[in-house]
Amino acid sequence: MTNACLTFRDLTLGYGSHPAIHHLNGIVRKGSLTAVVGANGSGKSTLMKGIVGVLKPMEGAVVRMPGVRTAYLPQQSELDRSFPARVVDLVSLGLWPKRGMLGRYTKEDRESVSKALMAVGLGGFEKRPIDTLSGGQLQRTLFARVLLQDADLILLDEPFNAVDAKTVGDLIQLIKRWHGEERTIMVVVHDLDLVRQNFPETLLLARQPVAWGETRETLRPENLLKARRFHEAWEENAPWCEPSEHDHTHDHDHDHHDHGHDHRHGSGPRAA
Amino acid sequence: MEFLYGLLVAPFADFAFMQRALFGSLMLSLGACPIGVFLMLRRMSLSGDAMAHAILPGAAAGFLLYGLEILPMTVGGLIAGIIVALGAGAVSRFTIQREDASMAAFYLISLAVGVLMVSIRGSSVDLMHVLFGTVLALNNEALILIGGIVAVTLACLAIFWRALVAECLDPLFLRSVSRMGSPVHFIFLGLVVLNLVGGFQALGTLLSVGLMMLPAAAARFWTVRVEPMCVLAVLIGFASCIAGLLLSYHASLPSGPAIILSAGVVYFCSILFGTRGVLRARIVHHRHRTA
Repeated sequence: MTNACLTFRDLTLGYGSHPAIHHLNGIVRKGSLTAVVGANGSGKSTLMKGIVGVLKPMEGAVVRMPGVRTAYLPQQSELDRSFPARVVDLVSLGLWPKRGMLGRYTKEDRESVSKALMAVGLGGFEKRPIDTLSGGQLQRTLFARVLLQDADLILLDEPFNAVDAKTVGDLIQLIKRWHGEERTIMVVVHDLDLVRQNFPETLLLARQPVAWGETRETLRPENLLKARRFHEAWEENAPWCEPSEHDHTHDHDHDHHDHGHDHRHGSGPRAA
Repeated sequence: MEFLYGLLVAPFADFAFMQRALFGSLMLSLGACPIGVFLMLRRMSLSGDAMAHAILPGAAAGFLLYGLEILPMTVGGLIAGIIVALGAGAVSRFTIQREDASMAAFYLISLAVGVLMVSIRGSSVDLMHVLFGTVLALNNEALILIGGIVAVTLACLAIFWRALVAECLDPLFLRSVSRMGSPVHFIFLGLVVLNLVGGFQALGTLLSVGLMMLPAAAARFWTVRVEPMCVLAVLIGFASCIAGLLLSYHASLPSGPAIILSAGVVYFCSILFGTRGVLRARIVHHRHRTA
């Protein structure tokens, strides 16, 4: 447990009284590259928000390793594209962890902005107004910002939406480079082939973890079938989750189906 | 030459009250116009208007207790404005209601209270005075007050610039890297109130928002970056003040509306002739580059 970058302790996240992530336990190892997969509404984005701290847990906690710098690329950015800013202004926001609110941008900072843009294939786009970028270009611009943040923990929520195949390839290379630099990365992805090819570990979510560990094991047909049976809708009169029910989370889980994988999600990915 | 001097310079050279009016209104533009740019970029253009109404009960309370004195009215306006700004801001930040709705609710309540208070004592002449101001009667006290407000505004903008831009451009990102999001929002609302209060002695509560928004709205048609937009808005504000005061002097018009109307003329010209304006978009579209 010493090299845990993230530790989930009985984490429940949700909206109103309805959980979107239900009693999640486990750890994310430092330096691991994890794909987060699951159906719509299975709690993937919610988990990301919970880790960043934008959403407060209803119960339990996410413990980050002390001193970890986090970069977060949300699925639905609140970016205002009509704001009069250039690409370079948007990417430079990534210098915030380094320079804060008042620190001056140095010459090196400006060079690192250019380098980050080069790395995502947008060299020379510095002066373009952001409202002239295509969807994929904007996504790559945001990747450049993540690059600049130089974070230890990188959370990407569906980063490949609206991105063409070549660009997906480029971005995957970037993610692999980060992986090589011992950064901890979690990516929400829908394309299972992409996951099988590029991600060593996978967390399969359906409100609670269906399986979590080595990608090949996690994405076995029976697990996928179980995740597919997941009931997306909230039930207004669903019974209240009693505290006593999850005192011993390692004994049982809440999906009340097959308990075959319980010992695994009790303490995070062991298989990897 | 003589004629031009008489038209443009003599009014300011010969009359101390015109000098004061010019000095006061130029200072106001310096602070209020950049604030207006950010209000516009945050899609809160009408919030400025709402805030101007919200100031009224405070100013009216000062007026009821102390008569037509600048300090009590200013302090009263400041308190009322900050209560409404914080209240509306808090409702939008911590509940599902958006800022436009909460702001509308708060300012309507505030305005009703204000009108009620003025009607208890004052005649409608007094109300006109509060609503439309008297730029031609700025005393030293008022000038010092405006100067202080401008200094605070520019200092805050310089310090919080990056956070303010980030909060407008990508609020979720700012929340993920820093806790400055909410404080910066409230500081900004505070600056809006401060500048409106500074403006109401000179231009009145209703028109001070005009000096804030019109130059900003006009500047939007000329540039695609924030920094030049703020500078341009200030310059448009300066020009409107000078033109408005001269117009009011020569044609014996009330000075506040004359200043705002001058800004309005600049706004309409910008719509038509701005680099991002109507004519350019319609006419210069038949040529394009190969890539």
